[in-house]
Formats: sequence, C-alpha cells, structure tokens
Amino acid sequence: MATVTLNNIRKNYGSLEVVKGVDLEIRDREFIVLVGPSGCGKTTLLRMIAGLETITSGDLAIDGKRVNDVQPDERGLAMVFQSYALYPHMSVADNMGFALRMAGVPKAERQSKVRDAARILQLEPYLDRRPGQLSGGQRQRVAIGRAIVRNPKVFLFDEPLSNLDAALRMQMRIELARLHHELDATMIYVTHDQVEAMTLADRIVVVNGGRIEQVGAPMEIYANPVSTFVAGFIGAPKMNLLAGKLQCTSDAAQAILEDGSAVTLPTRPGLANGDAITIGIRPEALRVTADGSLAGRVTVVEHLGGETLTHIELASGQLATVKTDERAPAKVGQTVRLGVDPRRLHLFGPDGRAVSRRSEALQPG
Amino acid sequence: MERPLTQRIFAAVAGWGLAIIMFFPILWMAMTAFKREPEAIASPPLIFFEPTLRNFEQVLDRADYLHFFFNSVIVSVGSTLLGLAVGLPAAYALAFHPGKRAKDLLVWMLSTKMMPAVGVLVPIYLMFKSAGLLDSRIGLVVLYMLVNLPIIIWMLFTFFREVPREILEAARLDGARPLRQFIHLLIPLTAPGIASTALLSIILAWNEAFWSINLTVSNATPLTAFIASFSSPQGLFWAKLSAASLLAIGPILVFGWITQRQLVRGLTFGAVK
Repeated sequence: MATVTLNNIRKNYGSLEVVKGVDLEIRDREFIVLVGPSGCGKTTLLRMIAGLETITSGDLAIDGKRVNDVQPDERGLAMVFQSYALYPHMSVADNMGFALRMAGVPKAERQSKVRDAARILQLEPYLDRRPGQLSGGQRQRVAIGRAIVRNPKVFLFDEPLSNLDAALRMQMRIELARLHHELDATMIYVTHDQVEAMTLADRIVVVNGGRIEQVGAPMEIYANPVSTFVAGFIGAPKMNLLAGKLQCTSDAAQAILEDGSAVTLPTRPGLANGDAITIGIRPEALRVTADGSLAGRVTVVEHLGGETLTHIELASGQLATVKTDERAPAKVGQTVRLGVDPRRLHLFGPDGRAVSRRSEALQPG
Repeated sequence: MERPLTQRIFAAVAGWGLAIIMFFPILWMAMTAFKREPEAIASPPLIFFEPTLRNFEQVLDRADYLHFFFNSVIVSVGSTLLGLAVGLPAAYALAFHPGKRAKDLLVWMLSTKMMPAVGVLVPIYLMFKSAGLLDSRIGLVVLYMLVNLPIIIWMLFTFFREVPREILEAARLDGARPLRQFIHLLIPLTAPGIASTALLSIILAWNEAFWSINLTVSNATPLTAFIASFSSPQGLFWAKLSAASLLAIGPILVFGWITQRQLVRGLTFGAVK
C-alpha cells in the first residue's frame, strides 16, 4: 500500500514561485504521469516528493504520514534519473546493490536480490561490467534495476526515456508498462512527451506554469480537455485551435472565424454574443469535403504510411492539420473545403477554458 | 589533420627553447655542485671540468642532512594531510551546498595568495612566539597548511564540480548520507584530482623557504633552511651552495618524476572527460 498525497504544495526560489499550490491524491499502485512543457514545475514537484528539494509550504504525505521533513532515503522511494546517474566506478551489480549495502544488508542476500532484479530486466550477462561499457538502453535498465532492488513503495521517474533514440524509447516504454504490471507498485513519472503520458498512465496530470491544469485518465483528457492548453498539449498531431467570435441566433450558435467563415456549434454556450471563442478540432475530426464550411490551400502533405497528414492554410491565415487513414485527399497547392462534425468539436471561452458541452444542448440538424 | 611543416618546426623550436630556458638554471646548479670552488666562480664559466664529490662530502660533514630531510618530509606531508582534512569538507560544501556567498568566498581565499608573505611576517612571528611555536615542526605544519589551503580548496572544488550532482542525489536516495557519499563516491570518483592536489601541496610545502628561514632556527629546520645556511656571512661558496641545493631538491625532483603521470592526469582531469 502506498498512496502519495500532495496538499497545497508550493515551492519558491527566492521570490520566484515555481510550484503554485498543487493538490493531488495519488492512489495505491497507480501509474501517474506528470506531463507539461519544460519549466512548468513538474520535475521540481517530483524532486520535492523525492526529498531532494525542500517544500516551501504545504503538506506531502506518503501512506497518510507527513514526510516533509523526512530524509529522502527514509521515504521508501526509489528514483530513476534522466541522466541515469549510475555510479561510474562500480560494476552493474554494485550499482544495483548499493542501497542494500548502505542499509547493511548481508552480502549473500544482497547478491540474490540483485540477481532477481537483473533477471527481470535481462541484465544478467552484464552484472560485472561498468556503466561505461553499456549501451544507453542497458544503462537505463541498470538505473531501473537499482530502483527495483530497493523494493520501494513508490517509484519516481524523471524523464527516463528522453536520452534514448526513438526505437529504443518505444521498446523501453513497453517494458515500463510491463514492469508496472509485474511490480504492482505506485509509480510517478515525469515527462514532456505526451505519447509517453498517453500510453503509460493510469491517470495523467497536466502541469502548466506551476499549477495542475487537468487530472484524468488518458482518454478522458483526450476527449475532454478543460482548456486550450491541455487541448493543444495532449494528442499528436496537435488539436487544431481556431480563434473566432460567437454568434448566436434563436435556434443556432456559430463561430465566425477571422475570414468570415462560419462553423456551426453543437451547443449554445453560456456566453454573450460576440465573445471571443476558440474552437478545437482534432485532426482526425476534420475532413476534406466539397460542402465544408472552411476553405484553405494545401501547403504540405506528410505520408506516414498508415496515415496521412495534410497541412492546410485556411483563408483566415490560421493553420489546420487533417489526418486521414488513406492517401492524401488533395495535392499541394490545391484549394479545398473542410467539413467539421459538430459533435466532435471542442469549444473554449474567452479565458481559454472549455465551455461545458452539456449547457443548453441543441438538437443537431 | 597534419599541420604545415613550418608550423611544426616553429612549435618544436619554441617548445624546446622554453624547456631549455626553464631547465638551464637547474642544470647549471647541478654542474656547479660537482666543480671545485675556484672553477665554480671562473670567468668565463667552465663547461668542461673534472667532476668531484668534495662539495657533497663537506656539506654533509658540516650539517646533519637527514635532520633537515626528515623535517622537510614531516612538514610537507603533515601540512598536506592537514590541508586535505580541512580542504575536502570545505570543497564539498562549496561545490554541492553553496551558499549565496560561495563564489565570493572562493575569490577571497585566492586573493589571500596575492598578498606578499612578508606583509604578515611580524604578526605571524609574534603569534608564533607567544604560542611557543617558533622553531617547531607543528608550527610549520599549521602555517604551510594555511598557506596552501586556498589552492587545495580551489583544486578540490573544481574536481568536485565535475561530479554530476545527480550521482550524489541518487546516492542520497540510496541511503548514503554526506560522509558515506564522500567515502563511496566522491573520493573514488575524484581520486586522480585529490592525488594531484596532494602532490602539488607537498611540492609547494617542500620548496617553501620564506617562512621556514624566518621561523626556524635548528630544531624544525627543513631543507630550504639547509640551503640558506650555506650562504654564509664569510662569502658565498657557490659549489657548496649548489651541492646543498641539489641535495635539497633531489628528493622532490625524484618524487615529481615518479608521480608526474598522476600529476598531469589530475591537472587535466576536467579537460579530458
């Protein structure tokens, strides 16, 4: 059992506030991913949980016990660092057994625990090597092994895959998912890569500017982003965000874009006529069709094999991406019309927050 | 990529020229040590002569070389060990837990080396006198330690700064508090640097003359005072002075020769990583 509770956690460096009051309840055995752009405070948050940074104010509890002033090694955590932070002068076995050695565990027991972890991570042939003699992926596994050996209540990962190449990153991602299943431990994972967040997390925590923007299961966040920030950050390629003004009539609501084109909205939002709004459309929800409400010119076509991305410059000057499963619906330079399915449209108010879909639903068509 | 021939010739000439200029006084001293007194002051200087060991006999006859030698060893090694005992924790604190004024502190420490030693001769002398440290080895050990401490701390600080912070943080999570981080990580990781710091400190202490000549009389006199004792009021005896000098610098030259690989490795530790 290991829950981690953050209660109004803040961090100041001098007069600079980098974490601005974070509340979060991490459940037992949950894989939680903190995701956000660089400098958003997610790593600082993780380091405060680890005990490597002091907490300026607020309470941090592990299993209900306040640990603000508990030494890092007594919090029952293990951390995997972005740079792996292996001890370069020690063998792989010594690296993995270091914590046990510090804890005074007898040598025989230490060795058997190191061997167990090495087996899980397929590191057995490398136990006598130094970190310098290993590849990036192997070093990464040693760093994870060092964490496993300690049998911690909570695993902390600080962008562990960012130093690996794309193929290895995908492989390690799958391995991490398998490990979480196998170890059945609470894991807190920091990344700026939304793909890692989507694929690994039980729940994603989107962090922006030192605050939590949204917490939820990956598909929940994908389907219902609470703000333009989350909408733009989660999902690849990015959601198309188009600025416009709200125009309501008695029986319909429309977004009027800068070039005058009108997009029909599924609901009448609780906003005033003429308010600045942003509509969000996932690239897969846009389609090229002769009777579409938006017009634009194809600028780039990217064939990715299984899918095709068509980048279009709209008449309003804004850029939009269309994702299709088949070949490109149009050629570069061609002028096309784009249709929007109102049911798959996201609507954000003047403050960038999502406008509730349930408010005053209009009957479609 | 090969450099052009002219450049290589220039580099070779400059390098050898510089080396010869630096080495010449030592070579000349070594030659003089084997000359007879009249040959030593002959003008024009003699390059070819019949070598003799008489100067060494006379020098060793007149003074107890081993007494000076052991004083030098005790004072240089002792001050170095003491310097490391103070410098290692100081450099650790400055490198890994710097306060707001850490940079200023480092600059201030180095600035103390810019002051001429003679500027504090009188206060130091009086302090030594009232503490009963005049002509004592312990006095020299403490003084040399203080004189070399800024350099020791600076060097150790630079070596420690090369150690990635995350390694120590990982060790913290693994249950290693500062002392154990020191023993299990910092010392093995920066061993070449610590060794070269120690070597440099030993060499500097061995060659220090100003304080040893002014603060010792007989009991604690190291080899630098031994040399000085041969520039007597009756006049300079170049050959004997050279023989004494050779005896004084001999051990440290051999020491430096043996440890030079370590010394160079340590001094370029950061550069090659």
